[in-house]
Amino acid sequence: MRAPVTDLPLAFENASLRAGDVEIVSNLELDIAPGAPTILLGPNGSGKSTLLRLAMGLVQPTSGGVTWGGRNEPGERLAMMFQRPVMLRRSAAANVAYALGKHDKRVGELLAQAGLAALADRPARKLSGGEQQRLALARALARDPEILFLDEPTASLDPAATKAVEDIVSAVASSGVKIVMATHDIGQARRLAGDIVFLARGRLIERADAAGFFTSPATPEATAFLRGDLVI
Amino acid sequence: MPDGASALQLVFGGDPALYGIVALSLYVSLSAVILAALVALPFGAFLALTHFPGRTFVVVVINAFMGLPPVVVGLAVYLLLSRSGPLGFLGILFTPKAMIVAQALLVVPIVAALTRQVIEDLWVEYREELTALRVTPSRRVATLIWDARFSLVTTLLAGFGRAAAEVGTVMIVGGNIDGFTRTMTTAIALETSKGDLPLAMGLGLVLIILIIAVNALAWGARRVGEIRAG
Repeated sequence: MRAPVTDLPLAFENASLRAGDVEIVSNLELDIAPGAPTILLGPNGSGKSTLLRLAMGLVQPTSGGVTWGGRNEPGERLAMMFQRPVMLRRSAAANVAYALGKHDKRVGELLAQAGLAALADRPARKLSGGEQQRLALARALARDPEILFLDEPTASLDPAATKAVEDIVSAVASSGVKIVMATHDIGQARRLAGDIVFLARGRLIERADAAGFFTSPATPEATAFLRGDLVI
Repeated sequence: MPDGASALQLVFGGDPALYGIVALSLYVSLSAVILAALVALPFGAFLALTHFPGRTFVVVVINAFMGLPPVVVGLAVYLLLSRSGPLGFLGILFTPKAMIVAQALLVVPIVAALTRQVIEDLWVEYREELTALRVTPSRRVATLIWDARFSLVTTLLAGFGRAAAEVGTVMIVGGNIDGFTRTMTTAIALETSKGDLPLAMGLGLVLIILIIAVNALAWGARRVGEIRAG
């Protein structure tokens, strides 16, 4: 049963993050509402991962703010999968149980959802890259998230492993979990996106529904990115 | 131990006095390491994960205490446990218990300092993941100690090495009483002072073999654990 408190909409209110003299994210105004997956698209270094960390509450903006369902503190039902997830030094099942806080039948269900049921007792660090990503996904789902943040979840995976992860993400999105995913892979964005947030140089350049973005991008930067040009 | 006996005769002749000394040495040193680990592992992890005013000073002191002079520790423990000392009522001076306490005091800074470093390095890797999983601070400590367990074995071995090789402290608080508080190191010191150098060297050889055996066992256990846990 869902808790009455919701973290949606997730709102960035003129949020900026500086590290020394470098502004990593600049004056971000963005609302993320329930619905189809929101894809953060943009070249490397555009601020996608930082935006996810701000959204997860892992870092605080140096100016402006972030609110979750109108509150200034993030709720408990946020989960994040990192580009290079850390596998705890224990079995795959124990990794999921760790996130659940207990070892019950839900562990098996989550591993099955990730296609890892047969590898439950395998040390997590001995799984392949794709299996580790799926285990990280299962671990994130163990938190029963309302919003699931995914940071380049398939960046280093082969096509088969990428498809396995994307299938899980699609299934999770269909179940009502809000997906917010960073990627620089245009094809992946096409396959998964409900709407696109296009970033470059730490700035929000364009926000559009996926169909409109890919057929008629409104900005020169997005047009160049979709054409395959370097956006610096 | 009979005067004039060679080390080989002692080892292979089944000399009960020698075995008693070996058993006591292992008992005291291993107990000291276990006692120290109970305090130093969580303390080292706490230091690694928290920031408070004076933390740097504490870290510097703990690091410096890795080189704590054993005779000074022995003297301090002696004064504490002597009949007129604040802990004299315990009545454990010149017993193996006092030796364990003294050796544990020597081992605590080594294990705490090395644990802090190991956990701090691991925390850099784990920080975002555990924060995203909303893991509580106490669970973080337990998680990091568990996941660093193979590296911490080396830390404990360093502590064991310090304890097993120690002579000054146990001499002061144990008294080197034959059949009761005599360890390998104090026996070596005694035989050397008596001029029985071959026997002292033989005992030293036995001590080195013991330390190597304990380290080999721990290393083997670590490798098996690493293979199983990944």
